[in-house]
Amino acid sequence: MAPTMSLEAFVEFWEKSEYVSPYNRELGLQPHSVRSDWCVLKVEYARNLVGDPNTRVLHGGVITALLDAAFGFSIFMKLSQERLMATLDLRIDYLKPATPDKTVLGGAVCYKMTADLAFVRGCAYHESADDPIATAVGIFMFTDGPTLISNEKLAR
Amino acid sequence: MKFADISNSCRVSNDWGPLVQSVPYARFLNLRIDIKGEEFTCILPFDRKLIGNPVLPALHGGATGGFMECAGMFYLLWQMDTQTLPKTIDFNIDYLRTGLPRDTYANVVMVKQGRRVANLRIEAWQSSPDKPIALGHCNFMLRA
Repeated sequence: MAPTMSLEAFVEFWEKSEYVSPYNRELGLQPHSVRSDWCVLKVEYARNLVGDPNTRVLHGGVITALLDAAFGFSIFMKLSQERLMATLDLRIDYLKPATPDKTVLGGAVCYKMTADLAFVRGCAYHESADDPIATAVGIFMFTDGPTLISNEKLAR
Repeated sequence: MKFADISNSCRVSNDWGPLVQSVPYARFLNLRIDIKGEEFTCILPFDRKLIGNPVLPALHGGATGGFMECAGMFYLLWQMDTQTLPKTIDFNIDYLRTGLPRDTYANVVMVKQGRRVANLRIEAWQSSPDKPIALGHCNFMLRA
């Protein structure tokens, strides 16, 4: 397994990646914290991302994107160099609405990797992963193609 | 804001723009709803901000997923006189093909409409409905 990246290296990687991933940038996804077994991104509350104007709760699509991105980064944490991948499937259970005005965290771990596939799970929450807004599992598939950023270029 | 009032007035005019405009996230995605007779189509116009991977380039899985979830929600508002917005219970997406930098369409099938829960199948496609880029399966809570 690749050594755990520092938060600084993760932020550095994220900023490059954010530059190349317009949708992540558009939603304002940012790194929050990083461990080899729990990679966390965050999204600030924003009025233009509300799903229900009556309750002011963020739309589920924002949570989907947050967890999808966190999944990708949890897999990246376990690779010795970046590989292109695509989401194969994703399942999200919505346990409770996100609280308006609060930042939402999305944590993820890649718990199994094969030559072709990476299996991930995670959840979205405010303060504690033990009190989730949504839980999710996903499978990603590595795809052939040029890599954007090599992991070796980053300080570990 | 009563969604039933908005969807009723949209039904009369057959202009579903006001319903989309009432949901900020749908406005953010710039969604459109096209109703032809009994056929419901939700459209995600391509925008550069929706790209997740610019090398391929490909739509962000979260953009496709969020779009499909919106499509399911609007489909239920179109189909039913619900006073509140249906709430997503769970959402299962299979990504079948790369989402290309072009417009995406979603069609929705009501698999089962219960008293409290609606089970939907949502198909997102670009070039042709028989080549879906993603399949969604989800349960919506119809009333709290």
